[in-house]
Amino acid sequence: MGGWAIAVHGGAGVDPNLPKERQEEAKRLLAHCLDIGISALRSNLPAIDVVELVVRELETDPLFNSGRGSALTENGTVEMEASIMDGPKRRCGAVSGLTAVKNPVSLARLVMDKSPHSYLAFSGAEEFARKQGVELVDNEYFVTEDNVGMLKLAKEANSILFDYRIPTIGTCGAGAAMDSPLQMNGLPISFYAPETVGCVVVDKEGRCAAATSTGGLMNKMIGRIGDSPLIGAGTYACDLCGVSCTGEGEAIIRSTLAREVAAVMEYKGLNLHEAVDYVIKNRLDEGKAGLIAVSKNGEVACGFNTTGMFRGCATEDGFMEVGIW
Amino acid sequence: MGWAIALHGGAGDIPLSLPPERRLPREAGLRHCLDVGITALKAHKHPLDVVELVARELENHPHFNAGKGSVLTTAGTVEMEACIMDGKTKKCGAVSGLSTVVNAISLARLVMEKTPHIYLGFDGAEAFAREQGLETVDPSYFITPENIERLKQAQEADRVQIDYTQPVQKEVKNGAAVANGDSQIGTVGCVAVDVEGNLASATSTGGLVNKMVGRIGDTPIIGAGTYANHLCAVSATGRGEAIIRGTIARDVAAVIEFKGLSLVEAAAYVVDQVPPGNAGLVAVSSTGEVAMPFNTTGMFRACATEDGYSEIAIWDSPSK
Repeated sequence: MGGWAIAVHGGAGVDPNLPKERQEEAKRLLAHCLDIGISALRSNLPAIDVVELVVRELETDPLFNSGRGSALTENGTVEMEASIMDGPKRRCGAVSGLTAVKNPVSLARLVMDKSPHSYLAFSGAEEFARKQGVELVDNEYFVTEDNVGMLKLAKEANSILFDYRIPTIGTCGAGAAMDSPLQMNGLPISFYAPETVGCVVVDKEGRCAAATSTGGLMNKMIGRIGDSPLIGAGTYACDLCGVSCTGEGEAIIRSTLAREVAAVMEYKGLNLHEAVDYVIKNRLDEGKAGLIAVSKNGEVACGFNTTGMFRGCATEDGFMEVGIW
Repeated sequence: MGWAIALHGGAGDIPLSLPPERRLPREAGLRHCLDVGITALKAHKHPLDVVELVARELENHPHFNAGKGSVLTTAGTVEMEACIMDGKTKKCGAVSGLSTVVNAISLARLVMEKTPHIYLGFDGAEAFAREQGLETVDPSYFITPENIERLKQAQEADRVQIDYTQPVQKEVKNGAAVANGDSQIGTVGCVAVDVEGNLASATSTGGLVNKMVGRIGDTPIIGAGTYANHLCAVSATGRGEAIIRGTIARDVAAVIEFKGLSLVEAAAYVVDQVPPGNAGLVAVSSTGEVAMPFNTTGMFRACATEDGYSEIAIWDSPSK
């Protein structure tokens, strides 16, 4: 009991046919981010600082769907969102509709620390970013070639596409989608790789924190807001735990997934692992999602009802694991 | 068991000395909206239709902080948000950052029914409204002289005002509470249940006076300002930031489910957890109960149940 713990994720819902190199690449990045978090925890940084640090790293790397490498809107642009929550007083900050802010999670932190509000969006958020002097870049910075190709595919399939990271060979298309019977958000799994990112941490003092960041759904409508910036849905932290979710945004919102883990611990007295199992099993209905969570007692848990979730976790007693399946 | 409906026009520091010219139009508004809701329920309209209908009426009423009569951002503009949720399916729709849509709640409903998404904001939401042929007007339509005055006061006092906050005197009393005077309007909301136990919730607002442009409050956040499932439907009002942190609307249902409390006990429990002066809510349960707790000075509210009970109130009622 006690001690620090950390978990990171790079999204739930993975194609079982994902090429080996992609899997290794993802695991390397997750391990790298875990290391950053572990070093920070060993230097006694509080949980809230650690989650921000780690998510910044995930945003900066183009591999996952957040910051650089974000999924594209129907117009081929990037609209990013993020949220962060500090367990002890349940302070929170969230942002949506960012097009120029290099690290959305840090802007969410500033909303929490430097504004009288909890959630800022679109031009108001970017104006705030400007005033705060955070690093701004052109929208093109976030757009990767992979995603431009993905958007085209999605439009051809004429449906919302979760970020699809598997490189396509010319002949790939709707046909390839029929290879696997697995589906997410109404789409064949081979077209789908959501890769929202998140981090949850409990520090040595037992303080929990959580942060989530994403570019959202490929080919989404302009102005569409998902679960990642919504406190209680994609992100939640309180005295008992810290939670970050990923997967079908609409399902996560409807089930207030992140809050649910804490509520079940608080009102039903379940421990972290029981709470995570219970929520994944009973709260998602038809929806597909995953989550990572830590408790004030230094436990770490993850749960998902999808095929795989990019994740990593570590605890102070030396336990460390990175996995996909 | 029977149908039940509850609605609110906002919770806050509504002074007991509220002058008749400010109190009467709001009471009349509540009465009118309650009647609209009751008529719809008696005509066997689905609760989703009922709460949308009532919320539209409240939005159109210029004395409540939603639609026409919305409070102003720091830039003197209107940015409206709304949310609707169906208890049985847990389908929901939300919108934020609207400046020309006459009835935000109806746009939220369209997001729920006509898109694969739950939540649209700002330009994207406005574009969708036009695509759907929803009624839009010049932004000046929503702005009322009272709200221009409220903004001026807030900027002079350099503070963000919660729904119902009295203008600040030269000296500010300690704590977050404010001084005496006028300026009472608030978020609006409606919850309803029919004889079959179908539940729905709707909330709509202009937000906080002098809020930053782009600020989103609790209203469009499922689980914070609005929630409905098979047990109950909840619509909250007050200081958005506190309601978000407390996941108020979701917690009422969670407490009923996990702690076995009744609706009234659960609603009171949840409101008690919020720092005083910050929140209120209306809720109905699948069995036709109603609860309207608040920890502010007052909350504009009304409710009715099939057995003939009805109530319109602002401050504490003796039966509380």
